[in-house]
Amino acid sequence: MASEAPRPEDTKRVLTEAYPSKAARKRAKQIVVNAPPDAEGFRPQILSNTRTTPGVITQRGCSYAGCKGVILGPVRDILTITHGPVGCGFYSWLTRRNQTRPPSEDAPNYMPYALMTDMQENDIVFGGEKKLRKAIREAYEIFRPKAIAIAATCPVGLIGDDIHAVARDMKEELGINIFAFSCEGYKGVSQSAGHHIANNGIFQHVVGTQDEPPEGRFRINLLGEYNIGGDAFEIERILERCGITLVSTFSGNASYDQFARAHMADLNAVMCHRSINYMAEMTEEKYGIPWIKVNFIGAEATAKALRKIAQYFGDPELIDGVERVIAEEMPAVRAVIDEIRPRTGGRTAMLFVGGSRAHHYQELFREIGMRTVAAGYEFGHRDDYEGRKVLPFIKVDADSRNIEELDVEPDPEQYRPRKTADELEALRAQGLDFGEYEGLMADMEVGSLVIDDITHHETERLIELYRPDVFCAGIKEKYVIQKHGIPMKQLHNYDYHGPYAGFRGAIRFYREIDRMVNTRIWRHVTPPWAEKPQPGVLRQAS
Amino acid sequence: MLLRHTPKEIRDRSALTTNPAKTCQPVGALYAALGVHRCLPHSHGSQGCCAYHRSMLTRHTKEPVMAATSSFTEGASVFGGMANLTQAIENIFALYDPDVVAVHTTCLSEVIGDDIPQIVKSATDAGKIPEGKTVIHANTPSFVGSHVTGFANMTKALVEYFAEPGTAPAGRINVIPGFVEPADMAELKRLAAEMGVEILLFPDTSGVLDAPMTGRHEFYPEGGVRVEDLRTVGGSRVTLALGAWASAPAAEALEKKAQVPFEVLDTPIGLLATDRFVDALRRVGKVEVTASVTRERGRLVDLLADMSQYFYGKKVALVGDPDPLIPLTEFCLTLDMKPVHVVTGTPGKRFEERVRGLLEEAGVEGNVAQASDMFHFHQLVKNEPVDLIIGNTYCKYIARDEGIPLVRHGFPVLDRVGHQFFPTVGYRGAMRFAEKILDAFLDRIDRETDEAAFELVL
Repeated sequence: MASEAPRPEDTKRVLTEAYPSKAARKRAKQIVVNAPPDAEGFRPQILSNTRTTPGVITQRGCSYAGCKGVILGPVRDILTITHGPVGCGFYSWLTRRNQTRPPSEDAPNYMPYALMTDMQENDIVFGGEKKLRKAIREAYEIFRPKAIAIAATCPVGLIGDDIHAVARDMKEELGINIFAFSCEGYKGVSQSAGHHIANNGIFQHVVGTQDEPPEGRFRINLLGEYNIGGDAFEIERILERCGITLVSTFSGNASYDQFARAHMADLNAVMCHRSINYMAEMTEEKYGIPWIKVNFIGAEATAKALRKIAQYFGDPELIDGVERVIAEEMPAVRAVIDEIRPRTGGRTAMLFVGGSRAHHYQELFREIGMRTVAAGYEFGHRDDYEGRKVLPFIKVDADSRNIEELDVEPDPEQYRPRKTADELEALRAQGLDFGEYEGLMADMEVGSLVIDDITHHETERLIELYRPDVFCAGIKEKYVIQKHGIPMKQLHNYDYHGPYAGFRGAIRFYREIDRMVNTRIWRHVTPPWAEKPQPGVLRQAS
Repeated sequence: MLLRHTPKEIRDRSALTTNPAKTCQPVGALYAALGVHRCLPHSHGSQGCCAYHRSMLTRHTKEPVMAATSSFTEGASVFGGMANLTQAIENIFALYDPDVVAVHTTCLSEVIGDDIPQIVKSATDAGKIPEGKTVIHANTPSFVGSHVTGFANMTKALVEYFAEPGTAPAGRINVIPGFVEPADMAELKRLAAEMGVEILLFPDTSGVLDAPMTGRHEFYPEGGVRVEDLRTVGGSRVTLALGAWASAPAAEALEKKAQVPFEVLDTPIGLLATDRFVDALRRVGKVEVTASVTRERGRLVDLLADMSQYFYGKKVALVGDPDPLIPLTEFCLTLDMKPVHVVTGTPGKRFEERVRGLLEEAGVEGNVAQASDMFHFHQLVKNEPVDLIIGNTYCKYIARDEGIPLVRHGFPVLDRVGHQFFPTVGYRGAMRFAEKILDAFLDRIDRETDEAAFELVL
């Protein structure tokens, strides 16, 4: 980092001054200097989940990516067919690094397959429903799946193909569960709309359809964990050690049956608040499952998450078990921190990614003594920044209103309150917050920069002003940052590394950051002759 | 097994594409536009398209890939994208100061029917396009053709927008390289220079997508064809269009616009296709093939002859884009290998005719398919196993399941480097390609031969 860090207010001016006035005004509301909470506990307001101004060069993707890629992508046995021209299905084919472990060699795993209707001009002109029906039949003949999902791309909505009607008809014809997602890329303002649409679809068509209770006394769902690079495997390992039964993950390493039985869990533990809070809210309303926010990124955070889960169940054996696991796992973590902290301590990081990772990964940097000087989400909403207490004050704009909010009521048969009101109150009194998330700002230093939907222009200026020791974002930003001679860590796909969750993941991440900020090659960016130009001088023998 | 659900038995599919062997037009258009110096590609549609294209090209090149988007929301989809594009133009020039903005459409803006020239005209009239700057466009509907078509359409747009009829004649030859790597484009320029033929190569991604690390990100790297050069392509003596799919449409457009005659050649991959390219340069450039180029050829033939025992009779399956696949098939035949499956996802009956012609001439029986997919390709391999697969990174799933060596070629290559820096066109490129094939065969021999028969020298 540059010897003297610029004042954040000056930085904000530098970031916004090149924009035409309208865009500058908007960006100014999306770039916030973090401040302590006011008397009522509110942080500075940040404009977010708002349209990206065309032409600025954004990190963001689309609704289809959020639905088909993020939420449906990690599920191994729902056969997803993309209805549209070839591109969307192609780009979302295996590129997100979701890992999965089918229970056996012959168990279904459709993740290495990309299925699509590859719409041609004729289908656009005359409608693509016929082709979609035929594609579903052909897919069924080959794969014999227990469920098929249909994901819409941009033209589908415009030409008026009724994919939900096709799904209903084909469900009847084939006798398997078939459902559709209207996740056209233009819906909403980012991937976030697609998460919501996917949550709605899975909730309506899959959750609650199988009532066999899984074995185990302490049954939870893990929400918003996508098993990038094997994160879910590490969390599964830890939960199993603690004696906690994982009914379903949404949706890392998940299967159809897990979703179908998710309503049999007694607690929802939410990792990525942004992408999955809808499912948490809806399953609470319909089935009576309370939810808590957890974070398995960071060793201390993992310990905290486990303690919260144990506290919820309140079983002394579980509480002891969790403490024992933490006590057994932490020494290895501390040993690595002690080893590498002298090399990483005092260094700086910037994180611009996702809807929760820019928050969660600050934990890991903190554990090795690194400071996050600027961070922001690609598709977060105000509650992800400022905490859920701002929810009643968020103005719903036209883009968000277009995404369906399901009307959910307690199920007459399946609703079962897990705790009495008194029990919940008692747990709250002990510090266990239900349905709460404090957001990213609460965990960031006062004076640090919080930037929503950062643009390429702002990224470059930030790099020039601060020269952080490591920058975290996605593949599109990766080589831009590295051309500046600064190591860049991808936090969507971990640079084909990981897992970083849990205790072992934390160790792997510390070592990775140690490697990145100390890799020798960065010292050789400038050629020696540029550093000491001595024309015409013979080197003296030493 | 990774692809555990792919059965050996091939059934007819007419509606379902599984594991495509192509992608959509815009990514090709974006790639072509990056081959113009100080040009910012712009995707007119939802922002997911641009994110996907940039991601895929970045993974392929390990380089920054700059492009902007119109960020359509539902409103734009209903009312049209004029406001979005106008705003984008304004922001792009304010923030990134390109000389050219190259707009390509998407399926969304095509279905809406946005008239890009009309929008650009309005923006021009409103003074939103700075003096001396240009906004060009290509229609690239994703539901027609493939990424190769998109490359062809944007290349054609370069001609339509910049070529000027009546440009003072110059002895120069236009060369349109097709959808090949930056290293290939650089190699084509080197070969021509080696022969003393002055060429203008466009588009030209060399020097753009193989930029050095300097400690500073150059938003517009030094490479790319210059706009002032593009304005003079109409004065060139001849256009050599390398690849019927990716390059011929631009050459045709230039003939129409500025009466520059053209010749369509195969992408110069392998010995014979390079011979034809070199010979074409000799003919239209009115030069003799230099001793140095003849020497390059001789070195290649020397290598291929010396190692011919390892190529002879080996069965190969190839999947990829039509332009490179045709000469690759031919190269395999030159090496006495048997290309028994040749598959492209890009539509075009001519592909089947050309490849079948090559196979028939060589007396090899093989399956040839256009507008097909990798699922079908895999099934063909299951039915008639091969010794080698040549194709993009997605082939690694097939290669691993079937235990067949893979030589990566085409788009995208996501898991290896080298394609950006080391060409596969020209004689040198053919040497490298032959080396890669040899490595694949010989590594396998070294790995699998039993100890008694293990050889030091091969």
